[in-house]
Amino acid sequence: MEIIRVIVTRLAYAVALLMAVLVLNFTLIHMAPGDVADTIAQSMGGADEEILDRIRADYGLDQPFLIQLFNYMGRVLSFDLGYSFFYSMPVTELILQRLPATLLLVFSAQILAMIVGVVLGVISARRPNGILSHFVTFFALFGYSAPVFWTGILLLIGFSLNIQWFPVAGMRDVTIEGGFWVHTFDVLRHLVLPVIALSSIFLALYSRLSRATMMETLGSDYVRTAKAKGLSTRSVVYKHALKNALSPVITLAGLQFSAVVSGAVLVETVFSWPGLGTLAFQSIIARDTPTILGILFFSALMVVIGNLLTDFALRAVDPRMRGR
Amino acid sequence: MSDQATQAPVKAQSPQAPVKAQSPLSEAWDMFKHNHAAMLGLVLLVIIILGAVFGPYLYPGEPFEMVWAPFTPPGTDGYLLGTDYLGRDLLAQIIHGSRVTLIIGLSAAIVTVVIGVTIGALAGFYRGMVEEALMRFTEFFQVLPTLLFSMVIVALFGASLPMITLAIGIVSWTAVARITRSEFLRIRELEYVMASRASGASNAKLMFKVILPNALPPIIVQSALMVGSAILFEAGLSFLGLTDPNVISWGQIIGSNRQYILESSFTVTIPGLAIFITVLAISLVGDGLNDALNPKLRKR
Repeated sequence: MEIIRVIVTRLAYAVALLMAVLVLNFTLIHMAPGDVADTIAQSMGGADEEILDRIRADYGLDQPFLIQLFNYMGRVLSFDLGYSFFYSMPVTELILQRLPATLLLVFSAQILAMIVGVVLGVISARRPNGILSHFVTFFALFGYSAPVFWTGILLLIGFSLNIQWFPVAGMRDVTIEGGFWVHTFDVLRHLVLPVIALSSIFLALYSRLSRATMMETLGSDYVRTAKAKGLSTRSVVYKHALKNALSPVITLAGLQFSAVVSGAVLVETVFSWPGLGTLAFQSIIARDTPTILGILFFSALMVVIGNLLTDFALRAVDPRMRGR
Repeated sequence: MSDQATQAPVKAQSPQAPVKAQSPLSEAWDMFKHNHAAMLGLVLLVIIILGAVFGPYLYPGEPFEMVWAPFTPPGTDGYLLGTDYLGRDLLAQIIHGSRVTLIIGLSAAIVTVVIGVTIGALAGFYRGMVEEALMRFTEFFQVLPTLLFSMVIVALFGASLPMITLAIGIVSWTAVARITRSEFLRIRELEYVMASRASGASNAKLMFKVILPNALPPIIVQSALMVGSAILFEAGLSFLGLTDPNVISWGQIIGSNRQYILESSFTVTIPGLAIFITVLAISLVGDGLNDALNPKLRKR
């Protein structure tokens, strides 16, 4: 089966990429001044050379680089990312605790950006000189030029300090009591501003791209044929043209995964969203190297999975992609 | 016919405009001049650069010194933009910060372009195994979440300005590499390149003297946009506090005043506005360059 062969090669390639990330990770810590032994010694309040050497022997830090590298990769492949001395817990556990919050934020933002972006793009493509079209152009420029953390702070000032519609920070209100729906609604209320802030960057990209492809498609021969057949404009635009305008947007969205993760770090920091981004920020301030590297690995994993999903989504939407 | 760029993936081939007796540069400038948005961007950019160069002499305020009560609103007692949480003059901070912001933006973009053009040119010129290996390398860097990776570099190796510049450059070059490669792939098959190859030009000469000049237009556009994204990048890093504490930058002003938005919001909104306007000016210029250097896009 063709499709199985494709899936297997893609997966193998993804695994190879992740291994490369691990090698890079490890090389980076190795090159950086100071090592785990120093960190442990620091958290104990200092230690002499002899104790440092003992710690190094305990953690295998006295072995040659390649052996250490293999040990490290072996551990990571068994989902052991090391131990965080700052949070006093295994890194894997720490990350898995924070991962759902980040996934929720990132996916909501991407979906919002894609839906609103495509809708704006399609509407403005139908009236290239209308008010909405100019609005889209302006909005695209704003989304590209405004620092996302600033957008976040502006939303915060506007909608939770001045007009108190949304909570200032966090993901849930611990004082709220009630059933499942009450809590879900609470999380959604906390989610609104961070999602808007994060999607602002991508919304601009998607609306601009879908406007361009839509204008291109609307001028093409097959759309003219469909119109000549007597189909209504609505059916031509939304059934025939939209399908074709969608696949570049999906491709672009797939390329944005790494940017989304980066944006999430800033947005989470602004809104104290308890995800991987705040964790990354805190562990960098605390110089908690195992946690930082664990997050880097997990984010790369997220990007790789995102790319795989995009690839398969594209195959589903666009028959021309099959067999490649 | 001029061998200008054809970076117009969605546009159908339209016949090129008849060649006028005009140099490509002055033709491009003519296009650019009539683009109001691009000219607005250019004017803004010139003002910002002049402000960064001469500002500290015209407005000799000390950005690190406490001059007045904290959170003085803008316009009070001669402090045009007010003071921050430590009572430091915000205008002085913005003026001094503009230098760091612009210098890092520019030098990180240069690092980006040097790495990207080298890798893209080698991949597009040699093809085969070299291309395969280099493009895999590029994809690898696309998988790394850019901001996180540069945070890690800065955290591990220290937050000096050169290290921040390098950290931004290392994570941002992939787009430039891909554009350069696709231009090289296209141009290397053109007849004039074959002619120089046949007349015995060395590979280095073919790459840098024969192909590169004609591949430049889209690279220039991308580099202009790179300056903007490097500025945003630097702002993000310094907002998170990953910056040299002894130099002031716009992102850092926002980061350090962020906790006090209840007391005063302008210490956050004003520096953010400065970043926004600068990056906006650069993107307007970049878009204008794209239209001016890209003849196939002209009839939009």
